[in-house]
Amino acid sequence: MAIKRGVPAILKRKHRRLILLLACGLGLGSATALVLSAFRQNLVFFVLPSDLAAQHPSPERTLRLGGLVETGSVHRSTKGKEVDVRFRITDGHTAVPVTFNGVLPDLFREGQGVVALGTLGADGTFHASEVLAKHDETYMPKDVAEALKRKGLWNPAKGPPPPASTWNTLTVPVTTPAAAAPTASAGERQTGY
Amino acid sequence: MSPSSVKAIAEPRGAPRRGWHRFANPGRFLRAASKVQPWLTAFGVVLTAVGLIWGLFFAPADWQQGDAVRIMYIHVPAAWLASAGYLMLALCSAASLVWRHPLADLAAAEIGPIGAGFTALCLATGSLWGKPMWGAWWVWDARLTSVLVLFFLYLGHITLVRAFDDPTRGYRAGAILALLGVVNLPIIKFSVDWWNTLHQPATISLTGAPSMYIGMLWPLAFSAVGYACVFAALALAGTRAAVMERRIRALLLAEAARAEDSVPGAADALETQVPA
Repeated sequence: MAIKRGVPAILKRKHRRLILLLACGLGLGSATALVLSAFRQNLVFFVLPSDLAAQHPSPERTLRLGGLVETGSVHRSTKGKEVDVRFRITDGHTAVPVTFNGVLPDLFREGQGVVALGTLGADGTFHASEVLAKHDETYMPKDVAEALKRKGLWNPAKGPPPPASTWNTLTVPVTTPAAAAPTASAGERQTGY
Repeated sequence: MSPSSVKAIAEPRGAPRRGWHRFANPGRFLRAASKVQPWLTAFGVVLTAVGLIWGLFFAPADWQQGDAVRIMYIHVPAAWLASAGYLMLALCSAASLVWRHPLADLAAAEIGPIGAGFTALCLATGSLWGKPMWGAWWVWDARLTSVLVLFFLYLGHITLVRAFDDPTRGYRAGAILALLGVVNLPIIKFSVDWWNTLHQPATISLTGAPSMYIGMLWPLAFSAVGYACVFAALALAGTRAAVMERRIRALLLAEAARAEDSVPGAADALETQVPA
């Protein structure tokens, strides 16, 4: 039967089916890859400050801006019950000033990744209507984080933690608060924060 | 029809075959599965319980997420098993389409609902985790959307497999859908690397040290292995039931055929009633 259809007789039916399946998979895979790369710009959840500087979006267009909260840029001003927050979102190259009026997520802090939804004003300030916090892939107990900060190995406001292999099996000596306090102040003096 | 020939219908015996086709013989599959299943169930329940109790009550809290990080021990293994289950579904579908493995269809039909359950658990716990940490129950970023697509693929497979009067056609259609959906698996895995997403990238990779404290990694590992055993035990139990169901159907058919044989002329009498 296989010979009649013009396919080498050596190929068993199941082998023909396997080849057909692999060919379909290859076709589908490449089609998907092409579509995904064509819509690359539309698949991102947020744009970076550098993208914003290059794009110059129109003021009425709502978009999401993502990046790290720049160290030392957060200013809160209270008018009655309203809390206005001003900070800058940076990607290391460009920083965009952001204004926001509302409830910030608990994880919001300097050095934290955030995604703000809003519009870019004519003066280059981003007016956010919603701010989401983006946490990183690091899972670290409080005492390990404290130990790293104490030793001056990491400042969470300045960037990501040191390589995981240096701390993920770290055993933190159980210290009484009285014993830990002098070390902490010494660490602060050394690193200046 | 003698009892032995009835048995031959329900449990076809051929020459012993090699590889996975050894288990194409339903009798051999049932014997092997009934030995493995109690162990899988026991390991699954014990490991999951140890992992979850350890993670939810004894593992350290995260330095910035606090106790909310404990959702991870439920969420992350569910997400892994949702993808791994779909891979199993696709492998069964390929075994069915290419090698016509007689048990692959039954296994695929059983994996569908279990995988959908794990995906639903992943989506629900992810939502509960997202609200306190990110500030949103749901966002349409690439990772979340691709996992939602996975959930719909499972639902589509469940419906498609059961949509035809002729089960073979349902299995065939379901297998094709499952294989088309495989393209979603690398998208789920690499979505957090290819695009900007709110969801963070992978913590555990094959190449680097996991950026997770060892005291949190252990309960996660227990929980993940436990989830995998539970998934396998459920799939195996479902497939065993499906094989036995098919066997009962074959026995009933054989009995009906024998009953017809023992009443000669019954079929002729029926035919004469049909108006010309």
